[in-house]
Amino acid sequence: MMRRILTRLANPQLLALVGVLLVNWLLFPNFFRITWQDGRLFGSLIDVLNRGAPVAILAIGMVGVIATKGVDLSVGAVMAMAGAVAATMVVAGYPAPVAVAAALAVGLVCGLWNGFLVAVLDIQPIVATLVLMVAGRGIAQLITEGFIVTFTDPLLIFIGTGSFLGLPMAAVIALVLMILVTLLVRRTAIGLFIEAVGVNRAAASLAGIRSRMLLFLVYGLSGLCAAVAGLIVAGDIRGADANNAGLWLELDAILAVVIGGTSLLGGRFSVPLAVVGALIIQAMNTGILVSGFPPEFNLIVKAALIFLVLIIQSPLASRIVPVRTSAREARS
Amino acid sequence: MSIITKLALAAGLVTALSSGALAQDLTGKVIGFSQIGSESGWRAAETSVTKLQAEERGIDLKFADAQQKQENQIKAIRGFIAQGVDAILIAPVVATGWDDVLTEAKEAEIPVILLDRGIDAPEDLYLTSVASDQVLEGRVAGEWLVNEVAGEECNVVELQGTVGSSPAINRKQGFEEGIASAANITITQSQTGDFTRSKGKEVMEAFLKSSNGGADICAVYAHNDDMAVGAIQAIKDAGLKPGEDILVVSIDAVPDIFTAIAAGEANATVELTPNMAGPAFDALAAYWANGTEPEKFIITESKLYTAADDPAGEYERRKGLGY
Amino acid sequence: MSSSEYALEARGIVKIFGNHVALDAVDFGLRAGEVHALLGENGAGKSTLIKILTGAYQPDGGTVLAAGAQVHLDNPQQAQAHGIGTVYQEVNLLPNRSVAENLFLGHQPTRFGLVRRRKMEADARLILKRYGLDIDPSSELGAHSVAVQQIVAIARAVELSGKVLILDEPTASLDRNEVERLFEIIRDLKAHGLAIVFITHFLDQVFAIADRVTILRNGKLVETRALDDMTRTDVVRLMLGKDVAFSGATGVEDARPMGEVLLDFANYGRKRSVHPFNLTIHKGEVIGVAGLLGSGRTEMARIMFGADAADEGTVKVAGKPASIARPTDAIGHGFGFCPEDRKAEGIFGDLSVRENIIIALQGKLGWFSALNRDEQMEIAGRFGESMDIRAASLDMPIKLLSGGNQQKVILSRWLATDPAFLILDEPTRGIDVGAHAEIVRTINRLRDEGLALVVISSELDEVVAYSSRIVVMRDREMVAELSGENINPGVIVQAIANHREGPST
Repeated sequence: MMRRILTRLANPQLLALVGVLLVNWLLFPNFFRITWQDGRLFGSLIDVLNRGAPVAILAIGMVGVIATKGVDLSVGAVMAMAGAVAATMVVAGYPAPVAVAAALAVGLVCGLWNGFLVAVLDIQPIVATLVLMVAGRGIAQLITEGFIVTFTDPLLIFIGTGSFLGLPMAAVIALVLMILVTLLVRRTAIGLFIEAVGVNRAAASLAGIRSRMLLFLVYGLSGLCAAVAGLIVAGDIRGADANNAGLWLELDAILAVVIGGTSLLGGRFSVPLAVVGALIIQAMNTGILVSGFPPEFNLIVKAALIFLVLIIQSPLASRIVPVRTSAREARS
Repeated sequence: MSIITKLALAAGLVTALSSGALAQDLTGKVIGFSQIGSESGWRAAETSVTKLQAEERGIDLKFADAQQKQENQIKAIRGFIAQGVDAILIAPVVATGWDDVLTEAKEAEIPVILLDRGIDAPEDLYLTSVASDQVLEGRVAGEWLVNEVAGEECNVVELQGTVGSSPAINRKQGFEEGIASAANITITQSQTGDFTRSKGKEVMEAFLKSSNGGADICAVYAHNDDMAVGAIQAIKDAGLKPGEDILVVSIDAVPDIFTAIAAGEANATVELTPNMAGPAFDALAAYWANGTEPEKFIITESKLYTAADDPAGEYERRKGLGY
Repeated sequence: MSSSEYALEARGIVKIFGNHVALDAVDFGLRAGEVHALLGENGAGKSTLIKILTGAYQPDGGTVLAAGAQVHLDNPQQAQAHGIGTVYQEVNLLPNRSVAENLFLGHQPTRFGLVRRRKMEADARLILKRYGLDIDPSSELGAHSVAVQQIVAIARAVELSGKVLILDEPTASLDRNEVERLFEIIRDLKAHGLAIVFITHFLDQVFAIADRVTILRNGKLVETRALDDMTRTDVVRLMLGKDVAFSGATGVEDARPMGEVLLDFANYGRKRSVHPFNLTIHKGEVIGVAGLLGSGRTEMARIMFGADAADEGTVKVAGKPASIARPTDAIGHGFGFCPEDRKAEGIFGDLSVRENIIIALQGKLGWFSALNRDEQMEIAGRFGESMDIRAASLDMPIKLLSGGNQQKVILSRWLATDPAFLILDEPTRGIDVGAHAEIVRTINRLRDEGLALVVISSELDEVVAYSSRIVVMRDREMVAELSGENINPGVIVQAIANHREGPST
């Protein structure tokens, strides 16, 4: 039993995460120091969890989409829209729970729209979601009229910066979403159906799987997750920044999913490993920030590390060193 | 918020911005304005201030939004030439590729004025350019800090703009020049916050961790106000008082930083004025009145604002401008 | 120039992968001017032997001789230099280049380093003539039928190599006429002294074209013999070491009791796909569907299953009018469908054998009544055993299984849903003889258990063996329904041919 757990932990994603964290520790000896301050945990490791949460949440939604052989480029723009809706509504005097619900509804509707384009109109996902990627940010800018809409609503601020049992709220939300979505896909047949549709949509249809419903589900979930992430980043800066909220984060989310071992060609996927992928990316970002490298090196360092992680995961590497390589074996 | 309300709200600021020289009447003049787009709050403010400045002078302003594309700007300028406008203002999206269209304007004897960014083209193709001095902005911020700490040891962390962008390079250089004389001030850490609030906050969090929980930081210098606003939140989250435990100085003078200054959480900001059009119109008025050739580069003022400069009032004056 | 009996010979070839002996001291001799069939179940070692003869693999023991002299074939180019050319089932030419370019790829006539297109095309036209192809050499290869592409591939191999031609399942995707055309070319090449190795799963074709046969089983040589003194049963017995269900069987006895009517398709059709047809299917009967490729047989299967929606006519299931507009409707009525193109529409390549087996049942149960792992293992294990699915583990990806075992998995997938009616489109195409027999056995068993089946197959002997009625398709139309005495290959072929030759009025 113990051995089985150990072998499951010995997958390249977790090894890469540990590796990045160790490098951070070498560059910055206090990296693992965590203190208790003002009723919350405080330290670089906590920053990784907190800052990694938005991309992790996007990845939780994105992984299902990618598993169906799709991709959702609109999540960054949906984040901006959700933040803009929530912020303008509380500023206009609506109760915060209503604003939050409205933001989540906007995310869901955006996701279902993407699902409609992909499932019903049969538009290629990359093109279908590009529509909202471009238009969504414009809509967000219209909602905020180009301002950064700042607010003082305690609920919204709590979502972005609060803490629960000492952990940052964002990380708690990400963890809860990860568990819920994992249960949703693995305790039901949905995960299997998603993989079946991703591997072979024609065969799935002949085997009696309603792939349209599934596509609506995964894109809707992706939109919803994007809205949650949008609320978090808005709450974090106490304002909705339509120009910058979620900008390029769709690419980080896709990268997190890929690092998590899910192929862009669809098929096998793992929600927890996608979250680990997001943490790897954030651990790199935080490491670069605390290490004191000049910012000109940020992108190069990041690219080199990602390259390394992908090499470790490549089929070639797994032939040389037999570690478990993909989401395929990582499931029960 | 409708344009009308914005205009009404902004009227106060316009008076302030055009204080000093009385605005000349240019009634009947038609001037084309090719704007880059509305990618930032400052850009939106520049657009609304330009419209206000034109209205105040009785100018018929033809406005064209280029949506970040040079081809749209060139198209708009050709349109202005075809309409036979009296002058053209351009906020150029890129530095190169302007020679042909500017030559056409010159042949049509329409004066061209560049706003807030320079271009790589022969100087005789445009009448003048109005821009801020980004190095000066950084220097003003640095000099403020030198006076503020008055000789005490001070470790500064710097939040840079987007890597490689000219405001990031120039504001960094200017600040370093400003503190060059003060051996007591050192920049200990410098990272990019991409000009955004959330990155500013994230980078500041990391700085606080790697500087003994913030105890080793005396001041933060941010290349724009948005990053400073993010940094202020990070400082508060770390249990410190921004403005007291850690001084905060930044550049741009957007409305939100005045709220922070009024609350004592930020200390100073250097204005990047959105009023580039005012000096441009003034130069045109003088040129048309008696043929005065303006200087080739008109530098706008880089004004320092602190808690002593009625931050609450500044906030009110600016908030309607589209920042 | 050599006195050797053989144009190409392999002596004592050994090939080992890891701890698996793929070839165990296999001898193989190929004479000039003969067609030599190489037979064996999947995994018997045919392709390994071919890859060694063409230089793709190096043997771990033994020698290869060309025209009596020992040769070392380190790569396919060296094999080519020794006169050995190969044509594979999947044409591996460049479909978007011209026929002429494909013929001469890498050997184009040049002058001053430039390709002499005119000369190349003129040469190509001459060559194509010899192979009975009157096509424009400058046309794109991909614009021609698979059969024509196959012939171009053969022409290329022969022109480049010239002594030995290895044909690896060249007929798998050809229809009956195309196969015959190919055989004419093969006979012609044989008459010109070429030594030809022919690999196929179709025994009919072996007897039609081959002179001698070499049979491999589990990496060992079983026998090399002239075909004249062998029967079909002999060959199959040698391949399997046992008799198979369908050998020798002809027709189902009329006495077989037929169950009540399960399905009644009336005037059922789809525009531009299948002309309206009438068909009544009883419990406990197999309806065979015969017809050439493109005759509308697959289209008929698809509208029966709702994969394409019918736009005219009605269907009754057990006497009640039903609407079958999509596969889920059909599955709800207890239908199952094994599609013709296993890889594109049947298997989920990256998913495990277990998941491939339970997926249709799970689809029927819906999103929220998930079978847990133990239940899945139980179901998959049951069918793995009863269908004799040869997989190292039920958790291995199905794409690693042989075609025959994949087909058994897809059949199991439907059996797991406890179906009343199964549609099998070419269930035995391109699979090894063992799996073939297993599937035919299963069809017989299911019929006896009271299922209704529709089986589409190009192998007439096989259809005849298990069908109680046969419908013949041509030009997207059901043109005949045969039963009783009329269920034999001769009548079926005649049914197709008569209609083909008859004037369309």
